[in-house]
Amino acid sequence: MNILFFASLREKLNTEQECWTDMKGINSTQQLLDNLRERGEPWSSALSKPQLIISVNQEVADLTTQIKLADEVAFFPPVTGG
Amino acid sequence: MKHLKASVTIQNDDFSIEKEHQLLRSKEQSQTGAICTFTGLVREFGDRPDIQGMFLEHYPGMTEKCLYKIIQQAQEKWDIHFIKVIHRVGALNLADQIVFVGISSAHRADAFAACEYIMDYLKTDAPFWKKEISKDASLWVEAKSSDQERKKKWLDGH
Repeated sequence: MNILFFASLREKLNTEQECWTDMKGINSTQQLLDNLRERGEPWSSALSKPQLIISVNQEVADLTTQIKLADEVAFFPPVTGG
Repeated sequence: MKHLKASVTIQNDDFSIEKEHQLLRSKEQSQTGAICTFTGLVREFGDRPDIQGMFLEHYPGMTEKCLYKIIQQAQEKWDIHFIKVIHRVGALNLADQIVFVGISSAHRADAFAACEYIMDYLKTDAPFWKKEISKDASLWVEAKSSDQERKKKWLDGH
């Protein structure tokens, strides 16, 4: 599973991308989020913002979305293009 | 999405409105009666007067996917001949062009409406992020609720 972080979130976490070769028992976006928050700071606060957006395979997802090893999951703040 | 009469380009380089206008003129020449274009520029946001420029980040792949989806929705709502969307990324200076939306159609009403619709959805849905660069600090731009409001008006019966 590829996990991507963008913009302010990428900077706060000092992480652009992670590649997981094992799902660690995780099968939903909620479980992934919980797992990442358990790393402590800055992960727990950066990933607890109410405006956090999650996408799975480049489509906006919610916390009930199921995920598997072949998926691309991304976390990012509200968009500000245009 | 190949069947869509549209083109989306994400690029570092500047673009020429004249060139894009000629492209739109060349599509379905005898049927096109209207071309509507929008260009967005880098400006000062007002709260920080010492802005020198902007850095634009995007999510490669998802950005294009998202823009083609918005274009498809516009083509289902209005009678459009061709749609061109260009968005720049990377380092930009004040007054630089950031975004271009061009629409060709038989009639102006469809062209005007589709152009505004695409910009409203691009603002709230396409994964781009702006960072303001000044001498002292660089700050990520906060999303504006007014952009969400503009998008919502399309859902309220427009």
